[in-house]
Amino acid sequence: MASPRPELHHFDRQLVWDGFKQLVPISLFVVAFGIAFGLAATQTGLSEPLTVAMSTLVFAGASQFAALELWGAQVPLLTVLLTVFAINARHLLMGATLYPWLQHLSTGKRYAVMMVASDANWAMSMQAFSRGKPGLGLLFGGGLALWSFWILGTWLGIYFGSAIQDPKSLGLDMVMGCFLLAMVVGGEKNLRMLVIWVVAAGSSLFAYWYLPENSHVIVGALAGGILGAFWMESGDEH
Amino acid sequence: MSIETAGLGSVAIVIAMALVTLATRWGGVFVMSYVPISYRVKQFINAMSGSVLVALITPMAVAGDNGARFALLTSAIMMLVVKKPLPAIAAGVLAAALFRQL
Repeated sequence: MASPRPELHHFDRQLVWDGFKQLVPISLFVVAFGIAFGLAATQTGLSEPLTVAMSTLVFAGASQFAALELWGAQVPLLTVLLTVFAINARHLLMGATLYPWLQHLSTGKRYAVMMVASDANWAMSMQAFSRGKPGLGLLFGGGLALWSFWILGTWLGIYFGSAIQDPKSLGLDMVMGCFLLAMVVGGEKNLRMLVIWVVAAGSSLFAYWYLPENSHVIVGALAGGILGAFWMESGDEH
Repeated sequence: MSIETAGLGSVAIVIAMALVTLATRWGGVFVMSYVPISYRVKQFINAMSGSVLVALITPMAVAGDNGARFALLTSAIMMLVVKKPLPAIAAGVLAAALFRQL
């Protein structure tokens, strides 16, 4: 696998639309998250337009919830930005993992597609690539689905949020975790991958307990990646 | 540096958050455009893509409540059995909801 087969980075309107449709079911869960966020933001005292603007422009749920935790009459800007960066730093890794396919797009398209990169559409597109299917339509179309439903959910939460008072008791906080786990379990399974995952899990936990807050994703991912770079698959090309 | 959230201050905070997040979305692609993609780099990327997910989920399972653990376990088993993500996610969420009603 020196370079991906050319058809895998294929990217057109039809693939984007297919990607959008494929991500609609999971986007419905995203609406529920959005409702929870809209409600929490209203309770924190953010104005309605500001809350919708945050979901539209930032589009990264976990970091938006974290910002609410730090919100008050005065907001420590640097702390907020560092927290947002730490939580969203996994996007750096996602961009890097997508690069072998993104490099075939024009610079403008490449960065436009990445504007809506998020956990679910990234995981779906990586899975598509690993099965030898084109994935960039899933990334962009799916991202547009997640983004629009995230904004819709936020808006619903502001006005009707009290309908879901306790998303946790409905298990809604587990949607993303279960989705990502399903992607792991559905992926490549062999001894090398299993060992890489164990190392990633162990270092993530170590960072979670002993290193600065929100560093665990980066630490775990890099540990797994570095092991993979040294223990290489005995592929046909070197 | 603290910013007053009254008036335009809060708008400035949201814009700054958006820019930081955009930098994370673009940064990985930008850096990789300067890295030649050798076989080793490819193996690194491939190993890292699964590891990101594992690193996200593990603390959820370890630090979470039993409802969270039960949800993840149910979803993993469903995924192995039915091999389709949506039923696996639905089963996991349902498992957490049922467990937390107990």
